[in-house]
Amino acid sequence: MESVISVQALDKTYDSGFSALRNVHLDIHKGEIFALLGPNGAGKTTLISIICGIVNPTVGTVKADGYDIVKDYRKARGKIGLVPQELCTDAFESVWATVSFSRGLFGKAPNPAYLEQVLRQLSLWEKKDAKIRELSGGMKRRVMIAKALSHEPDILFLDEPTAGVDVELRRDMWEMVRELRERGVTIILTTHYIEEAEEMADRIGVINKGEIILVEDKSVLMDKLGQKQLHLTLDHPLEEIPSGLNGASLALGEGGHTLIYSYDSHDDNVGVANLLSNLSTQGINVKDLHSTESSLEDIFVNLVKEH
Amino acid sequence: MNLYAILAIYKFEMARTWRTLMQSIASPVLSTTLYFVVFGTAIGSRMGEIDGVSYGAFIIPGLVMLSLLSESISNASFGIFFPKFSGTIYEVLSAPVSPFEIVAGYVGAAASKSMLLGLLILATARIFVDYQIEHPVWMICFLALTAVTFSLFGFIIGIWADDFQKLQVIPLMVITPLTFLGGAFYSINMLPEPWQSITLFNPVVYLISGFRWAFYGVADVHIAVSFGMTLFFLTLCLTGIWWIFRTGYRIKS
Ligand SMILES: Nc1ncnc2c1ncn2[C@@H]1O[C@H](COP(=O)(O)OP(=O)(O)O)[C@@H](O)[C@H]1O
Ligand SMILES: [Mg+2]
Repeated sequence: MESVISVQALDKTYDSGFSALRNVHLDIHKGEIFALLGPNGAGKTTLISIICGIVNPTVGTVKADGYDIVKDYRKARGKIGLVPQELCTDAFESVWATVSFSRGLFGKAPNPAYLEQVLRQLSLWEKKDAKIRELSGGMKRRVMIAKALSHEPDILFLDEPTAGVDVELRRDMWEMVRELRERGVTIILTTHYIEEAEEMADRIGVINKGEIILVEDKSVLMDKLGQKQLHLTLDHPLEEIPSGLNGASLALGEGGHTLIYSYDSHDDNVGVANLLSNLSTQGINVKDLHSTESSLEDIFVNLVKEH
Repeated sequence: MNLYAILAIYKFEMARTWRTLMQSIASPVLSTTLYFVVFGTAIGSRMGEIDGVSYGAFIIPGLVMLSLLSESISNASFGIFFPKFSGTIYEVLSAPVSPFEIVAGYVGAAASKSMLLGLLILATARIFVDYQIEHPVWMICFLALTAVTFSLFGFIIGIWADDFQKLQVIPLMVITPLTFLGGAFYSINMLPEPWQSITLFNPVVYLISGFRWAFYGVADVHIAVSFGMTLFFLTLCLTGIWWIFRTGYRIKS
């Protein structure tokens, strides 16, 4: 797989002495949607800021599309668009002026047709002459996205794009992210909403306390860690797990009133069928049953707890 | 060279000028006009000539310098302070622009603005006093050099300042007194010793003297010294800015 962002042995210690990133290695594949998942203060923004040139790395190297972000900063930065976490815009500028400014800043010749297309896609075209301060928060967020797209980047960073954003904009944003991916743009988004990562991403990285603790294909991650549990409510409580049953994947709960069977969600359900028939041969009556599936959320909570 | 970026920053900064026309152009012109009315016309009519120049005409170069210095500093310092303050600087930092291009955009705009203002004040002065410019090319040269130098200085202040008060303290507490004491309203030859010698430590003396020479061919210090000092300040500011970008001082953590 061709890697479009390559982070090697990256450390960041802020002037305050706080160590925000520790030995980060990360490869982002060309054309994927990568979700960087982590609790507040994990170092997501710091990592993105270093890649984009806003924060200096302490140790380590970063390459964007093969260009070193320090030595070849012009080529590296030209490829990247960034939508930062904080809403910061020039209040007194018009939407059109600010988007044109961004394009120029990134060294691109004016292209009104392209900018029009970007603004239309983000439902900003009607507002193109409005001053930014007259816009709602959601609209301002759209303006920030338009600015990031103004120079036709190959790599787009979205830092917590949907934090505090209404449902409509969130849906539009996901739509837009998918369209960009279709066009071959690589997208890296950070979030602490699991559902966002689950819905959008091809791959997921989990970062906690400045360390990347896991990078995995979303489907593999779900497979690997996605366990299902079958809860069986019993007629009569059990003292212990009856012999003859597969004891390893069974546990008793609620003083023996429930029997909990854990199994891989991608197994053919032979295990469940066997269990049920074994129980009935042993004369154990099941009153009720339900199953639960671990979501990314559970996986995430477990991972972060472990570290 | 990313010319589009320089142009984008330049245009952005100039747009701010037109948006705040009253504050950025009209008010300095008005305050200079008041100086002319008070010092040039009212008091000046009772004053003798200095170095063969009428008092009203004598103070023109100093008044232009006064505005040029304070406007260059405040334009440039605000221009870079505000994005830092509002957070929009992230975009400039993440763009494929070199420090030179950033400075060229911001400082170029600030210097253009204050030069424009300087010329406007000269035009206004014409209403009150009849003056001639003996060395117009040198006049423009000093105007431009001073505008650029002090816009660079303003840029440094804008980077250094982390609140609005610091932004204003240098122009108000340092530049204005130095200009008043730098021979804007008198020839330093009129001062008794030791003040005459002490005054030579005031950098603004050289700027005003050189500028006045371009107008009337008379100067407190030799024109070559004035010119050399101006270039020296320019180099000093460029070095400061080079250091800022090399270390990321107060712009990158
Ligand atoms: N400029 C800074 N100086 C010192 N510490 C900082 C600075 N910026 C961020 N930090 C600290 O680094 C840690 C990671 O911050 P950040 O990257 O913003 O996390 P996230 O985006 O994952 O919420 C936090 O503990 C934060 O307080
Ligand atoms: Mg963050």
